[in-house]
Amino acid sequence: MNPFEILVQYWPRLLDGTLMTIKLTLMGALIAAAVSPVLALVRVHAASMAQAPLRIYVSFMRGTPILAQLFLIFYGSGQFRPLLQEWGLWSFFRDPFNCALLAFALNSTAYQTEILRGGILGVPRGEIEAAKAIGLSRVKTLRRVVFPHAYRIAWPALGNEVILLMKASALASVVTVFDLMGRTRQVFSKTFDFSVYLWAALIYLCITAIFVLLWRQAERRLSRHIGARHTPQATAQPLKETRA
Amino acid sequence: MFELFSYGDAGWGDEILQGLAITVQLAIATLPVGLCIGFLAAFASMSRARPLRFLGFGYTTIMRGLPEILTLFVVYNGAGLLINAALRWWAPEASPIDFSPFAAGVVALGMVFGAFAAEVLRGAFQSLDRGQVEAGRAIGMSSRQIFLRIQLPQVWRFALPGLGNLWINMLKDTALVSVIALDDLMRMTKVAVGVTKQPFTFYLLACLIYWAMCVLSELVLAQMERRANRGIRRA
Repeated sequence: MNPFEILVQYWPRLLDGTLMTIKLTLMGALIAAAVSPVLALVRVHAASMAQAPLRIYVSFMRGTPILAQLFLIFYGSGQFRPLLQEWGLWSFFRDPFNCALLAFALNSTAYQTEILRGGILGVPRGEIEAAKAIGLSRVKTLRRVVFPHAYRIAWPALGNEVILLMKASALASVVTVFDLMGRTRQVFSKTFDFSVYLWAALIYLCITAIFVLLWRQAERRLSRHIGARHTPQATAQPLKETRA
Repeated sequence: MFELFSYGDAGWGDEILQGLAITVQLAIATLPVGLCIGFLAAFASMSRARPLRFLGFGYTTIMRGLPEILTLFVVYNGAGLLINAALRWWAPEASPIDFSPFAAGVVALGMVFGAFAAEVLRGAFQSLDRGQVEAGRAIGMSSRQIFLRIQLPQVWRFALPGLGNLWINMLKDTALVSVIALDDLMRMTKVAVGVTKQPFTFYLLACLIYWAMCVLSELVLAQMERRANRGIRRA
C-alpha cells in the first residue's frame, strides 16, 4: 500500500489518537501547573526539614523512568485493590487513562516545581523590597510582583517541559490508552505498513511546532511591557534538566 | 517478604539482577554510539557547507521532537524490514533475519542521545575562546593540532554537565526496550509480577533500582566535573 492510501484509509483513527495525545498532555500539564506554584513556594521559603519530603519526591520523579512510574500506578494499584474498592477509588485506578494522567501529572509537577523555583529565585530582591516599601501585603507581593516575574523567567523552560510531557505521553500507549502512538501501533499491527509510523512522526513534529509558535507568542505577550530589550527564547529544543 | 527478593528458585533476586545487567549493558553500549552520532551531527551543523548544516540541524530538530518510544518502534520495525528487503534483493533464497531487540535499542537510544548530544557539543564548541584558536594558528599549529590540543580538552569540560544529564536520561529511557521484548530490568520485573501477583512491591523495587543508578551517576558525574575543572580558577 502506498503511504497516502494509509492516510486516506486510517485518518480518522490517527486524528482520534492525536486528540487523545493533546488531551492527555494538556490535562497533565494543567494539573501540574495548578499544584506546582504552591510547591515551588515551599521549596523556596520553607525550613529545610519541611522540604525534605518534597525533595525526595522531586528526586524520585527525576530519577526513575516515566514508564516505571506509570506501571507502578497502573499495575501497582492492583495490589491494593480491596483497600481501593473500600475507599471507592478502584474505578479510578482501573481506567488506564486516569492512571496515565495521574502519572504524567505527578511527574510534570516535580519538573515544573523545580523550574518555577528557579524562576522565583531569579526575581531580583529589589523588586520584593520595593513592594514591601509601598506597603503591599505578602499575598499581594506574590501575586503582583513575584509570580509575574518568576513566570516570565521560567516561561521557556516551562514550554520545554510541556514538550517533554507530550513526548512522554506516547508511553500511555503501553498501558492500552489509544493516543496517537497507540493508534499508530494498532494500524501497524493491522496493515504491517511501515509508513504509518512516519505519518505519526510527522504529526508529533507538527504538534511540537505549533506548540512552540503559540508558546513564543504567549511569551511575547507576557513581556510586552519590556520592549525590544527582551528577546524571546522559547525553543523547540527541550533539554531535560535532570540534576537537582 | 524478603524471600521474594532472594536468590534461587524461590526468589526473584537473581532474575532481577540479570535484567539489571542487561539494562546496564544496553546503556554502556549506547553511550559510544550516541557520542559518535553526536559528534558527527555537531560537526555537520557547524560545517561551512550549507547542505551539511541543513542535514545536521534537521537531524537534531526532528529527533528531539519525536517521542523516544516512536523512534524505538521505527528503528525496530523499520530496520528489520529494511534489512530483510535488502537481503531479498541480495540473496532471494536466504531466510529472513530478525533484527535483535538489543541492537534496535542501541541504535534507537543512540540516535536520540546523539541528537541531544549534538546540541550540547555544538554549544561547547561555540563557547570556546576564539582567541585561543587564533593563538594556535599564530604559532603555526595545524588545524588538527588545534583541534586535538586546544579545542577537544576544553570541549570536554564545557560539555560534561550537559552530557551527564543526557546519560541519566538515556539510562531511564532504557526502560522502553522492555516494550520490544528485551529482557531488561523492567521486563524481568514484569515477569516477576506475573508470577507473584505483587505488582506494587516489584515495580517499586524497579523504581528504587533506577533511582539508585541515577543518584550514583550523579555522584560520579559531580566527581568527574570536579576533575575536569581542576585547572580552572573559579571566577
